[in-house]
Amino acid sequence: MNETLKSLRFTLLAVVAALFVSAFIIVITDIEALGDGNLGKAFGTVGRAYWGLFKGSFGSLRAISNTITGATPLLLAGLAVSAAFKAGLFNIGATGQMLAGAVTGLFVGFAFQLPPIIHVPFALLASAAGGAAFGAIPGVLKARTGAHEVITTIMLNGIASFTVLWLLKTQLFKREGRDDAISKFVEDSAKLPKLFGFMGNRIDLLAHTGFIVGLLATFAFWWLLRKTTLGFEMQATGFNQEAARYAGMRTKSLMVTSMAIAGAFAGLAGGSEVLGLYGYASATVAGDIGFDAIAVALLGRSTPIGTLVSALLFGALQAGGRQMQVDTDVPIDLIIVLRALIVMFIAAPLLVKAMFRMRGEATSFGQTFRGWGG
Amino acid sequence: MSTSAAPGLVVSAEQRKRARSLGIAYLVLAVVCFTIFTRRAGDAGFRISESSQFTLPAQGFGWALGIVLIAIAAGQLLRGFGKLSNVVLALATAAFFMSFMAWAAAGDSFSFVGMLQDTVSRSVPITLGAVAGILSERSGVINISIEGMLLASACTSAIGASLTNLWLGTLVGILTGVALAAILAVMSIRYKVDQVIVGFAINFFALGVTSFISFRVLVPNRDTMNNLLPVMPIRIPLFADIPFFGQILFDQTIFVYFSFATVALATWGLYRTKWGLRTRAIGEYPRAAGTLGVDVNKLRYRNLLLAGAVAGVGGAWWPIGIVGRFDQNITNGRGFIALAAVIFGRWHPVGALCGALVFALAEAVRLKIGNFDTGIPSEFLIMAPYLVTLIVVAGFIGASRAPKAAGQPYEDQ
Repeated sequence: MNETLKSLRFTLLAVVAALFVSAFIIVITDIEALGDGNLGKAFGTVGRAYWGLFKGSFGSLRAISNTITGATPLLLAGLAVSAAFKAGLFNIGATGQMLAGAVTGLFVGFAFQLPPIIHVPFALLASAAGGAAFGAIPGVLKARTGAHEVITTIMLNGIASFTVLWLLKTQLFKREGRDDAISKFVEDSAKLPKLFGFMGNRIDLLAHTGFIVGLLATFAFWWLLRKTTLGFEMQATGFNQEAARYAGMRTKSLMVTSMAIAGAFAGLAGGSEVLGLYGYASATVAGDIGFDAIAVALLGRSTPIGTLVSALLFGALQAGGRQMQVDTDVPIDLIIVLRALIVMFIAAPLLVKAMFRMRGEATSFGQTFRGWGG
Repeated sequence: MSTSAAPGLVVSAEQRKRARSLGIAYLVLAVVCFTIFTRRAGDAGFRISESSQFTLPAQGFGWALGIVLIAIAAGQLLRGFGKLSNVVLALATAAFFMSFMAWAAAGDSFSFVGMLQDTVSRSVPITLGAVAGILSERSGVINISIEGMLLASACTSAIGASLTNLWLGTLVGILTGVALAAILAVMSIRYKVDQVIVGFAINFFALGVTSFISFRVLVPNRDTMNNLLPVMPIRIPLFADIPFFGQILFDQTIFVYFSFATVALATWGLYRTKWGLRTRAIGEYPRAAGTLGVDVNKLRYRNLLLAGAVAGVGGAWWPIGIVGRFDQNITNGRGFIALAAVIFGRWHPVGALCGALVFALAEAVRLKIGNFDTGIPSEFLIMAPYLVTLIVVAGFIGASRAPKAAGQPYEDQ
C-alpha cells in the first residue's frame, strides 16, 4: 500500500474513532434519558446529531457555502501558525495578528473611495501589512532580547484585543449612532465578491472570495517553502538553529521575517473576515479563530496542503455543528471535543493502530515543534 | 539559547548591554512620572487596615520620584550599581508602582491591603498551574495542557463539591487533573505523540467537554449540581496579627497556604533530593540518566501524574476557593499565563511564583482602578497586565533556557 493511501486510511480511522468517543459523551450526558433508562432515545440523539452534522456541512449548496465560509479564516490563520512552525517558532499570536489586519483592512475599506479593482487588493494588502507589522513584533523581541515568543504572542493578543476594543469606539472608527465597539461599514467597492455570486443574488450563500485568497496564500506558502532560498533558510532555522547559524544564515533576521510572513497570513484572515463576511469590524471579529488555527496547523503537520485540508475539515465541523444544535439539543461545543479527538487520534497513529488491531508500521510524523530552546 | 552558551567575554558585553537598557528604562519611567503621574492633584489614601491609612500626595510624589529616577538612571548609565543593581531595580519598581496607584487614586482612597490580599489569592491557580508545568517540563515533557487541566478540574470539582462536600469536590478535581495528565503521559511517553499536539488536543478537549457539560447538564440542574459555598479564609493565629503583612499572607484560604507550600516543597524537592536530581537529569539528558539506571519513562509518568494533581488543586480554586460555581471557560486563559510564568521564572518554582504574583497584582490593580475615573480609557487599564508582562519579559528576563530534553520522547536502547 502506498504512503498516501495509508495516511488517508489513518485519517479516516481517526475521524471514526473521534466520532465514536463523542457519541459516548453525548449518551452519558443525556441525564434525562439515562434516568428513565431510555437508552434508545439517547442513541437516537446521537444518530440525529451526526445526521445534522453531515447535512449542515455538505448536505446542500448552502451547507457547502457555510463550510467554505468557516474554513476561510481558519485556513489563513492556520497558515500563519504553520509558517511560524516551519521556522521553529510557536505562534500563539494569530488572534492579535488577525485583529491588526482586520483594523488596517477596515480602515482602507472605509476611508478611501476607489474603483473595486484597486480598492479590494489595496484593502487586502493593508490587512496583510498590518498583520505582518504586528506579527514582526514578537520576532524582533526574540531576536533582540531573547524573549520567548510563547509569552510575547500571548501578551500581544491581550494588548491587541483591548486596543481594538478601544479603537472601535473612537470617532475615526465608530459607527454613527452606536456607542458600543462596532465599526463603520466598509465601502461596497472594498468588499470581497461573493464566491457564488454568479448564481444570482442568494443572500444565504455567505462564502466569499476570501477563500480564493486563502488558496492563493496556500500556494504562496508552498512556493516559499519549495522554491525560494528564504523558505529553505526558514526551514533550516526551524530544524536546527545552531546549524543554520554556522552555515552562515542570519537566523535572527530570519526569525523576524518568518514572524512577519506568519503575521501577514493572519492579517489576511482578519481582513477577509471584515471585507468578505461582515463588512464591518467588531471586537469579536477574531473570535477563537487564532486558537483553532493552532489545531489546524498541528493537524495539517504545518504543510500547505495539510493546512488546507484540515481547515476545510474544521470549517465543515463548524457549519455542521450549527445545524446539529438546531436539529437536536446537543450543543455546538461538541465539535470542539470532536476537533480535539481528531487531532489527538491523527497525531497518534500507534494508538489508532492498537485500537483497530492493525498490523504493520504506522506512519510516523516526527515533531512539529522542537522544544522550547529554539 | 545561543546567548547563554557564549564564553566569558561575550557575556560581559551582554551584561553591559543589559545595564545600558536598564538605564534607559529608568529614564522612560522618569518621563512617565513627569508627564502622567503629575497630572492629577490631590492626596491618595492607601488603607492598610480597617482603621488606619497613609496618604501620598499624587503630584508631589510623582515629581519627586521622577527626579530620583533620573538620578538613578544617571548612576546606572555612568557607573552602574554592581551587585546592588537588582535591589535598586526592585525599589525603583515598587516606588513607581506606588506613584502609579497614587495617581490613580488621587483625591480618593482605597484598600491597599485588600488589593494585595486579592493579589495573593488570585495568584493561586497561576502558581499551581506553573508548578505543574515545571514538574512536567523539568522531566522532559512539554506541558501546554495546563489550561485544559485547570478548566476540567474546575468543572468537575464544582460538580463534586455541589453533590457532596468541599473536600471530596477538591479530590474529584485532583483526580480530573491526574486523569488528563495520564492522557498526556500515555500519549507522549507510550505512543510518542508530539507533546505540543497532545497538549493542545487536551486543551480543546477540556474546553469542549466542559462547555458541553455546562450547557447540557449544569444549566438545567443549576441548584443541585453547580451551587456551593466556597471555603472561608483561615486566620493563622499570631501571624495574622502582624500589621499589614499578616492580613495579606496569613488571613487567606487554604488554597493560598497550599500554593505556597507547594512552591516550597517543589523547590526543596527539585534541588535538594535524589528525586529532584533524577528529575532534572531526565529533563536535561535522559540518555545519561538512563545509562546510570534511572527508569526514565517511569519517572516521567510519576512526575506527570503529580503535575496533574497539582494543577487539579489549581482548578478547584475557582469553584471552591472563590466563586462558588463553574462557568463556561472560567479559566479564561489563566493556564497560558501559567505557562508564561514557567518561562518567566526560568523553570524554577520560586521564579514562577514571582511571575504569577506580578500577573495577579496587575489583575487586582485593574479591578481596583476600575472604580477611579482616571481619564484614561478602561481598555488600557485592562491591558496593563499584558503590557507589564511583555515589558518585564522583553526588558529584564530575556532569553531563558528550557530543560534540554523537553519535547523529545525517550526510548530505551
